[in-house]
Amino acid sequence: MTEMLSGGDALIRALKDEGVELVFGYPGGAALHIYDAIFRQQDVEHILVRHEQAATHAADGYARTSGKVGTVLVTSGPGATNAVTGIATAYMDSIPMVVISGQVPSSKIGEDAFQETDMVGVSRPVVKHSFLVKDAKDIPMTIKKAYHIARTGRPGPVVVDIPKDVTNPHDKFEYSYPETIDIRSYQPVKKGHPGQIRKAMKTVLAAKRPIIYIGGGAVQSDSSDQIRKLVDELGYPVTNTLMGLGAYPGTSEKNLGMLGMHGTYESNMAMHHADVILVLGARLDDRTTNNTKKYCPDATIVHVDIDPTTISKTIQCDIPIVGPLEEVVGDMLDYLEENAQRADEKDLATWWEQCNNWREQHSIYLKPNHEPSKGEMIKPQDVLKALYKVTNGDAIVCSDVGQHQMFAAQYYHFDKPRQWINSGGLGTMGFGLPAAMGAIFADRDTPVACVTGEGSIQMCIQELSTCSQYHLPVKIINVNNQALGMVKQWQDMNYEGRYSQSLYEESLPDFIKLAEAYGHVGIKVTKFEELEEKMAECFAMTDRVVFMDIYVDPMEHVYPMHVPEGSMRDMWVSKTERI
Amino acid sequence: MKKRIISILMENEPGALSRVVGLFSQRGYNIDSLNVAPTNDLSLSRLTLTTVCDDLVTEQITKQLNKLIDVVKVLDISEGRHIEREMMLIKVKAKADQRTEVKRCSDIFRGQIVDVGTTYYTVMLDGDSAKLDGFIEALGDISVLEVVRTGVCGIARSEKSLSL
Ligand SMILES: Cc1ncc(C[n+]2csc(CCOP(=O)(O)OP(=O)(O)O)c2C)c(N)n1
Ligand SMILES: [Mg+2]
Repeated sequence: MTEMLSGGDALIRALKDEGVELVFGYPGGAALHIYDAIFRQQDVEHILVRHEQAATHAADGYARTSGKVGTVLVTSGPGATNAVTGIATAYMDSIPMVVISGQVPSSKIGEDAFQETDMVGVSRPVVKHSFLVKDAKDIPMTIKKAYHIARTGRPGPVVVDIPKDVTNPHDKFEYSYPETIDIRSYQPVKKGHPGQIRKAMKTVLAAKRPIIYIGGGAVQSDSSDQIRKLVDELGYPVTNTLMGLGAYPGTSEKNLGMLGMHGTYESNMAMHHADVILVLGARLDDRTTNNTKKYCPDATIVHVDIDPTTISKTIQCDIPIVGPLEEVVGDMLDYLEENAQRADEKDLATWWEQCNNWREQHSIYLKPNHEPSKGEMIKPQDVLKALYKVTNGDAIVCSDVGQHQMFAAQYYHFDKPRQWINSGGLGTMGFGLPAAMGAIFADRDTPVACVTGEGSIQMCIQELSTCSQYHLPVKIINVNNQALGMVKQWQDMNYEGRYSQSLYEESLPDFIKLAEAYGHVGIKVTKFEELEEKMAECFAMTDRVVFMDIYVDPMEHVYPMHVPEGSMRDMWVSKTERI
Repeated sequence: MKKRIISILMENEPGALSRVVGLFSQRGYNIDSLNVAPTNDLSLSRLTLTTVCDDLVTEQITKQLNKLIDVVKVLDISEGRHIEREMMLIKVKAKADQRTEVKRCSDIFRGQIVDVGTTYYTVMLDGDSAKLDGFIEALGDISVLEVVRTGVCGIARSEKSLSL
């Protein structure tokens, strides 16, 4: 049965038919026909944020938590450009998202009309694809394509720009939603090459010093179960990237922890000395490799990724496998079932002994690399340890960007995928709070913490108002070091402590009053003795937004830290010790 | 570093070309020449571009191009045997005895004089890029008023074809 619908109504109906339940957005002139269509229906819920950047981050947090595509609706011009930071954030971390932007009427495009920006042009370098809809009749097919492209292959954001006349309520057409879709120029790979997989497995099984390297692709592709089986079967050490945290349990003995710039000593050492590295869904970016010329000199690199461009982009790969991770790892498990051969037990035992030795030398989990907290001196690391303890490791942790983010990555042991939500690729301050809102919409049963700093939180703090409107009980853990801590750390290490524009000179707001002004609860912590108790109080208020303003040591640094331009094994393990 | 001729078959849609060009500037690759037009199938465009780069960069370029949603197929035709052609319209000053000089040069290069004025000749010439460069060089002292080149287009010398 077909129905006559206007472009605006067709758009919202298409979202419903696509299975979209939630849209994060903000209205404006060019989108008003669409907003009227939203008003006249009940199937798709719209969440009014306070800034379009937050709409994209919230949709992003929703997507990362649920595995579904996040949806955003904004108006033209400033609405669209405000959304760009969030689109770029999603693009860098391969998050499925569809951003619908209103556009000035077709007849006015190119005239520098009021609130006109070329959204397709502005967003082009940070989208997987984009559409400019020219005819209302194209809306259903465009929406179908947009979600298909956003969700499949290597996921990413898709922009759909719709001129106002295309959503005109008076122009109706016969609506029907396409059931299937085939885009001839877009055919994502469905399987890894069997010959390459066999070759890879032979190499992996012949290894003496192997390591399994897990990236964000493992989370995105929901391959955790398969990967766990693979690790169980092989018994190799595991490391993860910042984006891969949780894809393999953080508390497992096999997990050496995060690698890279602020990775653990044991992971970076194991990487440097490995003879075979099995990379599963990662892109080997500069924050993980250090100097690529000195990268893991003995290693044969087997690299599995859905996106061929990630392979041999920064590090020459020896055995590339392009395919969906869940499929490829499945094929690897089949191979192991059919082939009894395993790595030499003695070699593996020696390698494990070596890895455990590295742990004993400098693991931050066995030997703290910072002074203990006491009295009025709270160490930021201890805030994250307390958070982990109080939440039993079960919370969804949405982080902002800075030292607090690295401490969260180091000290919150993520055992499940989609539990750790952070902007890894773009490093977008302001991401945390709106992402946490999205996470709550995706999962109402799990406590959601926003780990942030007094710098980052002020970049999207207006969302405290959205949290009131929709009763989103985020627990904000403000690791307040009264500085742009990460910037300050670099200034300490590379600029002889010249704190150029990283301090606020007593201008920080009273966050407690601020939280209360929005109708939330504020808890200030300045004494270490009170930390855990107050944190428990915070999480006990399950239905409230609680802003915990925790004053921490402003001089603390994040360690380990790669020595710039060094190899994987060149690290500062504390303020005074360089390996 | 080597000259590459990269052939791209893509959807004949608005925005497709800007994505290809954008990719090059965004990732810091050069484009030396670019040529694009619809094919016999009007829903498809064929784009040929030339660039100078090493093997690793070429691999990235072809992979990045393939990743663009509008792109159907990509082939580095300079990898195998291929035909390369470019067309040039060149307007030169031609007065008195220069006229025979230009005419002679054009004949040698199998060019055609397609427009004549009292003070100038316009020559049309096709061939590979090196030949066109050679012609300009051969003109010697004759002053060149204007050069318009189409950019390279090319096709592989085998039955293999870049099609759907
Ligand atoms: C939007 C944006 N602007 C600038 C930066 C650069 N930057 C990275 S970390 C950082 C400091 C963050 O300060 P804060 O949120 O207080 O966290 P801290 O490092 O103190 O824990 C800055 C400015 C960024 N990542 N994002
Ligand atoms: Mg700070």
